[in-house]
Amino acid sequence: MTQARIINISPITRIEGHASIAIQLDDDGNVSDTKVHFQSIRGFEKFVEGKPAEELPRIVTRICGICPWHHHLASNKAVDRCFGVTPPPTGHKLRELVQTIAQAEDKLLHFFFLAAADFVIGPDADYAVRNVIGVAKANPALAKKVVTMRQKAKMIIEKFAGKAIHPVAGVVGGFSKPMTEEERKWMLADMREILDFALFTIEFAKTQVFPKYLDTIKILGVIKTGFIGTVDKQGALNLYDGDIRLMKPDGTYTDFDVQDYTDYLGEHVEPWSYGKFPYAKSWGEGFSLNLDQPKGIYRSNTLARINVADKMATPRAQSELEEFRSLFGRPAQATLLYHYARLIEEVYACEHAIELLEDPEITNPDVRAKVEPRAGRGVGCVEAPRGTLIHDYSTDENGLITRANMIVGTTHNLGPINMSVDQAARALIKNGVADEGILNKVEMAVRAYDP
Amino acid sequence: MPAKVASDWLNSCSGCEIAIVDMGERLLTVLELVEFVHIPVLMDHKYLGQKGDGKHIAIPVAAVGILSGGIRNAEHLEVALEMRKKCKAIIALGTCATHGGIPALANSYTNDEILDRYYSTETTDKTTERPSDGLPALLDRCYALDEKIKVDIHLPGCPPHPDQVFEALVAFLEGRAPNLRDKSVCDTCPTIREGKGDLKQLRRFLQAPHINSPGDPLDKMRCILEQGMLCMGPVTRAGCGGDGVTPRCISARVPCRGCSGPVLPDGNQRLDMLNALASNGIDIGSFPETKSMLRFSGAHHLLRPARK
Repeated sequence: MTQARIINISPITRIEGHASIAIQLDDDGNVSDTKVHFQSIRGFEKFVEGKPAEELPRIVTRICGICPWHHHLASNKAVDRCFGVTPPPTGHKLRELVQTIAQAEDKLLHFFFLAAADFVIGPDADYAVRNVIGVAKANPALAKKVVTMRQKAKMIIEKFAGKAIHPVAGVVGGFSKPMTEEERKWMLADMREILDFALFTIEFAKTQVFPKYLDTIKILGVIKTGFIGTVDKQGALNLYDGDIRLMKPDGTYTDFDVQDYTDYLGEHVEPWSYGKFPYAKSWGEGFSLNLDQPKGIYRSNTLARINVADKMATPRAQSELEEFRSLFGRPAQATLLYHYARLIEEVYACEHAIELLEDPEITNPDVRAKVEPRAGRGVGCVEAPRGTLIHDYSTDENGLITRANMIVGTTHNLGPINMSVDQAARALIKNGVADEGILNKVEMAVRAYDP
Repeated sequence: MPAKVASDWLNSCSGCEIAIVDMGERLLTVLELVEFVHIPVLMDHKYLGQKGDGKHIAIPVAAVGILSGGIRNAEHLEVALEMRKKCKAIIALGTCATHGGIPALANSYTNDEILDRYYSTETTDKTTERPSDGLPALLDRCYALDEKIKVDIHLPGCPPHPDQVFEALVAFLEGRAPNLRDKSVCDTCPTIREGKGDLKQLRRFLQAPHINSPGDPLDKMRCILEQGMLCMGPVTRAGCGGDGVTPRCISARVPCRGCSGPVLPDGNQRLDMLNALASNGIDIGSFPETKSMLRFSGAHHLLRPARK
C-alpha cells in the first residue's frame, strides 16, 4: 500500500503569527517535500501612502503587537530623516531605553511562555499539558516569579510611556515627554530586579534545561547559513543604532550603512507563500533553499546578532558570550542555540537599560527637536527581537508619504525556517511514521526562530 | 468545573493576545477559572487534528470563544464560522474584530492595488507571481466580525486594556454584562478645558503640547485639541486607560487617534469629528487628509476604494 500523503500542521502554534506546514510523503512514507506557508498579507506598504509622515510611527506599530516598539522607532527614525531633523541626545536615549526594556520583556515572554514547554514538560507530552499552563502547574513558584518579572518590565513601559502595546511616546524629532528624577529612581530599582532575574534565568537554562537537550540541539533543524545584525563602531552588538553587518556562512563579513540596504538585500517571491523571502543580493549567487547548497540565505534574530558581533558592550553579557563561543564557536549554526543566545541578549538588555538610567543626561528636559514637513527620503532601522527591521519612506513637499517599503525582522528568517523544517522533517519522519511528538519536534525547529 | 474557552486570532497583530498575558498575576487567577481548549498562541491544539490528517477546520466545543482580528481571507472566515458553531458566546476582542482596525485601511484600495505594490517594492525581485499555492484566498476586503457572524460581546481597544479584558472574562463567568465605559475619551481626560477661543485651524502633531513645567501632572496641562492639535478624543470610546482611567496616549502627552473606535458602536468617527470641528468654526479644509480619522474603523463599508 502506498504511504504517499500530505501532513498539514495547521496552525503552527506557540509562535507569534500565522503559518502552516505541509509535509509531502512519497510512496515509501519518506519526506519528498516540505513547505512552510506564511499566510498573512495586509498591505501596509500600500495603505500608508498619502498619510502625513509623522503619523506613521502610530500606524505601522500594528504590523506586530509583540514588537510594536521596534516598528514605532524604526518608523520614527525614517521620518526624522525624511524631514531632515536630528533629535536631541536625550530624545534618542529615551527611545533607546524603552526599546531596550521592551527587548528584555519580549525575551522573557518567548522563553517562558512560548518555548519552555518543549523543554520543561517535554516535546512528546500531551498537547493539553505541553504549554505555559502546564509549566505553571508543574512549577507554580517559578511561574509566579516569571509572571511578576515580565509584568514589571511591561509596567515600567506603561507607567512611563503611556501605551506599552502600540506605543505613542516616540515622536518625530525625539520623545514626547522628559523623564523626571522620581521616575528615573523607581525605573532603576525595577530594572535591577529584572537583571537579577535575567541572571537567574540563564543560569537555570544552562544547568537545568540545555544539558538535557544537548543531543537534540546538535541535530534538530541544523542548517548552514550567513547572518545579519547591527553593530556599533567598536563592533559590539547594538539594538538601537549602528552599521548593518552581513556575515557569510564562513564567518567573513561586510558592514554597510542601512541607507544603502537596497544594494545588499533583495526579496524573492515563491508561489506558496504570501511572505517574501529576503536574501543577500550582494553575494551575487541568487536565491535557493536547497539544503546542501543554499544560495543567498542568511539568518536574523538572537543567534545572528551574537554571531555577527565581535563582543557585547556590557560585562556580564560579555562573559556569557565568551562562555557560549568557547562551547559552540563563531558563527554558531545549530538552530536551537537561538534560545541560548536569547538569554545572553536578555542579560545585555537589562544591563544596558540600567546604564541608560544611570546616565545623568537621561533626565534632560530637551527631548524633542523642532520639525517641519518637507520632501525627502529616509531609511530607519533598529534591531527588533526577531531581526534587523527596516522602514524606508519617501515624502512629498507637504510631508505626506509617497512610497514605503518595509523589511520586517521575522521575514529574514522565512527562508531559513523553511530549510530547518525541511531538515527536521526529513530526519524525523521515516516510513510513514509521524506521531504527534515527531510533528511537535518539527515545529520546535520553527519555534527557535520565534517568528 | 472550569469554563471551557476557545480563542483565535484572525487578521490581527497579536497585540490583543499580549493584552491577555498582560493581565499579569490575574492571568494565573483566570487559569484557575477557565480551561483553554484552543488558543494557538499558547497551546498546540490543531485545526486539522494532532496528526495533521483532517480535512476541515475543527475547534472543540466551548462556553465562550474569543476572537481578535477582522476577517480578511477564506481561512479567517472558516475559523470564525467554526467558532460560532462551537461556542455558546463570542467575544470580539479588540478594534480589528469590532471595527476592522488599522488593517481595514486596506479597504481604501482594491486587492490588486495592494498586491501590486507589495510584490513590486524596491527590494523585490521582478515577478508577475501572485502566490496562491496552499494559501487562503483573500476576500474582497477586510470585514469586522459582526459583518460575518453574530457577536455577543464587543470589546474594542487597540489593544483593549488588560483591566478590561479581565473584567469581560470575569463578567462572562459570573453571567453578568461587563462593566465597560460607554463615554468618550474626553469624559475621562484630566486635562484642562477652557473653550477653544479664536482657534480657526488645527496644526499637525509636529511639536509637543505646551506644559508649564516638564514635571507637571496632566491636570495642569491644557486640552491638546484646545491647544490647536487634532485629538480624536471627542468621538472615541473611553476605556483605554483601564481602571487607572486616564487615557493612555494623553498620559504620554500625545493626542488620541481613536483606537477604541466610535463612542456608539455604529458611529462614524470621521463624520462625527468633522461635524464637531465645523460647528466650532474650525476650517476642516485645512487638513492634508481626513481618511486617517477612520484608521481604526474602516470596516462596515466606511472605507472603500476610490472610483476610477
